[in-house]
Amino acid sequence: MTPDELSEIAETERESQKRFKHRVNVCLAAGCVSCQSQAVKDALDKDISRRGWGEHCQAKGVGCMGLCAEGPLVSTGTTIGNERLYKRVGAADAAEILDSLEGPLVSRLHCATDVPFFQRQKKIVLENSGVIDPERIEDYIAAEGYYALIRAVTEMTPREVVEEVMKSGLRGRGGAGYPTGLKWSTVAKSFGTQKFVICNADEGDPGAFMDRSVLESDPHRVLEGMLIAAYAVGSSDGYIYVRAEYPLAIKRLRAAIRQAERAGLLGANICGTRFSFKIDLRLGAGAFVCGEETALIASVEGKRGTPRARPPYPAMQGLLGQPTLINNVETFANVPPIVRNGGDWYAQIGTEKSKGTKVFALAGRVQNTGLVEVPMGITLREMVFEIGGGIPDGRKFKAVQTGGPSGGCLPTEALDQPVDYESLARLGSIMGSGGMIVIDESSCMVDVAKYFMDFCMTESCGKCTPCRVGTYQMHRILSSITNMTATPEDLAMLEEFCDLLKHTSLCGLGQSAPNPVVSTLKSFAAEYKAHIEDHTCPAGVCGKAPGGERA
Amino acid sequence: MLLFAKPVPPNEDKRWRLVDATMRRHGQQSRGLIEALHTVQEAFGYLDDLSLRYVATSLRVPLSRAYGVATFYHFFTLKPAGQHTCVICTGTACYIKGAPLLLDAIQKDLGVLPGETTTDGKVSFLTARCLGSCGLAPAVVYDQEVAGKVSPQALREHLSQWTRHDA
Repeated sequence: MTPDELSEIAETERESQKRFKHRVNVCLAAGCVSCQSQAVKDALDKDISRRGWGEHCQAKGVGCMGLCAEGPLVSTGTTIGNERLYKRVGAADAAEILDSLEGPLVSRLHCATDVPFFQRQKKIVLENSGVIDPERIEDYIAAEGYYALIRAVTEMTPREVVEEVMKSGLRGRGGAGYPTGLKWSTVAKSFGTQKFVICNADEGDPGAFMDRSVLESDPHRVLEGMLIAAYAVGSSDGYIYVRAEYPLAIKRLRAAIRQAERAGLLGANICGTRFSFKIDLRLGAGAFVCGEETALIASVEGKRGTPRARPPYPAMQGLLGQPTLINNVETFANVPPIVRNGGDWYAQIGTEKSKGTKVFALAGRVQNTGLVEVPMGITLREMVFEIGGGIPDGRKFKAVQTGGPSGGCLPTEALDQPVDYESLARLGSIMGSGGMIVIDESSCMVDVAKYFMDFCMTESCGKCTPCRVGTYQMHRILSSITNMTATPEDLAMLEEFCDLLKHTSLCGLGQSAPNPVVSTLKSFAAEYKAHIEDHTCPAGVCGKAPGGERA
Repeated sequence: MLLFAKPVPPNEDKRWRLVDATMRRHGQQSRGLIEALHTVQEAFGYLDDLSLRYVATSLRVPLSRAYGVATFYHFFTLKPAGQHTCVICTGTACYIKGAPLLLDAIQKDLGVLPGETTTDGKVSFLTARCLGSCGLAPAVVYDQEVAGKVSPQALREHLSQWTRHDA
């Protein structure tokens, strides 16, 4: 594949798309598919051919449009600005939508897009989501796909690519926020007979579905990011470690890899250069700890996913003892636009230390559940009340939980803080991979802390004692608090455990397991007190007897 | 050098060919263990003694390691599933929106704990860490089909359809 050939494919594809006066995009990402959006697409296809409109009207399956709670989502219109978005569309609505293409919109199904949920977003990672057909490489190429790769391998040296990423200020989107450029340069400088690039798509945080959405909506973007990374660090073998629980993402990744290989964008001598790279999938098997990089490597090697002590870091000694670059799905998806538009362009977005945008999965007790991409530095209040549309059923906001089981619960007082790596860490939470769960007054914070501790206890791999035994003990104390049988001494013990796990656990799972407890103890101490001293649960959630009925 | 003869499949079942193909694709290396177990589970529905022994000897890994891997990962199951499966999502969003009530309902109705199958082999009850369908919370998967915003009432009705009929 040469740059000219790529432009030709893009041109042909754009021409063939222009043929269609009307386009109806149907979301075929997992959220909408589980509300039968495939049936909607089939009904549209059938009706279009029945009307003989095949020449000028097309129903296209696309990726996630964001507002997952209102699915299946359908959008019509060919140009940006005059699109119409329809929500909760059923197969029976197909004819009505086709009728409306040249007339007034179907107000019954219409979903307003001039609301903050859509207006406040800035899409870089998700720019193709809901626009292109994830199962066709031509559509991705027509949306300027693979230009960045070709530019990198034909016009730039690997070192220039690393410098561009460094200039962009991109930080790891998996949660820890390690500077991506720095990681790349470490791997590039490391010596090994072979180097590996691994994409971490083992999205284990409960309540987070950003990576799944990116993989389902724009799989080529992730491949392109990996290819550029491989060129920059000098690797020839790549793996995508993806959860087996995401069958649709796996199917689309497999198709994308095949298409890229056929197009000569993946494989030997890419673009006629000496750069060769192949990508293989590895299926995770449902272990949260495998999101930790050394555990992930063990799993790719076919072993139990148990972490090991670092250093040596995977950048020096990773898969099969060789230098290995591990980045998250969203990190890789950020790379092509950075190479295409330059690191300086990316560095303009976001805050001083946290550049660019971040995709969040907004869920829980909030009006607009779904996927949003916002510039770093937006406040939590904007996230919850403007983009999220506030709390439903007239209830009161209580907390927002970020970062999954490793993160913390942020109370009302934190609402005006900006969302970036440093601010969230200062507040006792973490950015995490991007799950954002809104909690209202109907939930008990001790119960929520117990829920996360139960998660960490079950998911602890058992290799190190502080995590294996500590999470069990902490869960036991939290259970006794929710059973109203705890004493003040238990609370002191709980605090001691928080400290112990944080400082002595082997990997991130154990070190961060106390975070939900620490943050709720700090912001919702009164609730703990009410359980222990007054034997009541202010939210009315916790039962009195062990294993008793929930209110 | 010791010669290694690849063991023959435990029986005539054609599905072993799929397993063999996966192991071949990974060069009969121990690295392919997880992928091979995935194939076994996909083909047979679960991992039993026979398949674990076969995969372990084929890839030349100790049986203890194969068993260790099979029990470490939640995705693998060592028991055959019931006729129907009901998976309740216990992700954070579902938890906040009432998944515990669903868990209570199913445990009371079927008398089984998560991961178990009813004694008549009709329904397997499982939990998932997060389906990633948080927009539909609380979510339940009935035989591969995701249902969103499920109430304990709706769950009970669905289950009674399964347990009532002799289908």
